[in-house]
Amino acid sequence: MTVQDIKDLLDARLLCGEEFLTREVHTACGSDMMSDVLAFVKDQSVLITGLCNPQVIRTAEMMDIVCLVFVRGKVPDENMIQLAAQRDIAVLSTQLPMFSACGILYSAGLRGGASIG
Amino acid sequence: MDDLLILNYTVSPDDFTRAGEASSNVKRKLKQIGVPPDVVRRTAIAMYEGEINMVIHANGGRITVTIGPEDITIVLADIGPGIPDVEKAMQAGYSTAPDNIRNLGFGAGMGLPNMKKYSDEMTIDSVPGVGTTVTMVIKMA
Repeated sequence: MTVQDIKDLLDARLLCGEEFLTREVHTACGSDMMSDVLAFVKDQSVLITGLCNPQVIRTAEMMDIVCLVFVRGKVPDENMIQLAAQRDIAVLSTQLPMFSACGILYSAGLRGGASIG
Repeated sequence: MDDLLILNYTVSPDDFTRAGEASSNVKRKLKQIGVPPDVVRRTAIAMYEGEINMVIHANGGRITVTIGPEDITIVLADIGPGIPDVEKAMQAGYSTAPDNIRNLGFGAGMGLPNMKKYSDEMTIDSVPGVGTTVTMVIKMA
């Protein structure tokens, strides 16, 4: 699955990272707790979250996450978007709630990766 | 590479929006000098959790990162309140973080366990009322 596929499936708006739409995403993580996200390293991952503060971008940066999806219509501020762009992270925003967004991506074949890493 | 590269950072207190800048800087430096990606990521995550802890619990502090040919050593030193029971603090899920921090996505009691998990060695020296020094070593191979 690519970032473009995720954008289409979630009817999401791209906020930055147009050049990364063709990137492959292998695994996904849905969480509002950044320490839980930091506990399990995954490869080529998308992070789906309802949390909207600069530490989400930082967490994504540390984890080498390729794409961030903000659910429930959350939109990060300009500083956060800039930070994500500088760190080569594609950022999407969807109106869907967390459960639906995760369900749609799971149904389309995306998986969570190793449970204990 | 026989020389040691030493990086020093000051973490400002109560500035949650800027927390992680030091770790981000270290991550980019390690990438630049060609450290293996897995080592870069483990170092970045371990240091980031430590940096966040400093902001949440200790009014900031100082971080020294020493990059040598064999390993990377991260020393996080603060003059915060100290950790009364280190063993308890190491338990996954144990947290003393206030609600406002939990609302920001941290304080789940995973910080120290994550730091231990991503480093090869970790020691905590803490004296209540004096401060805490956490030393982490991440091996290159």
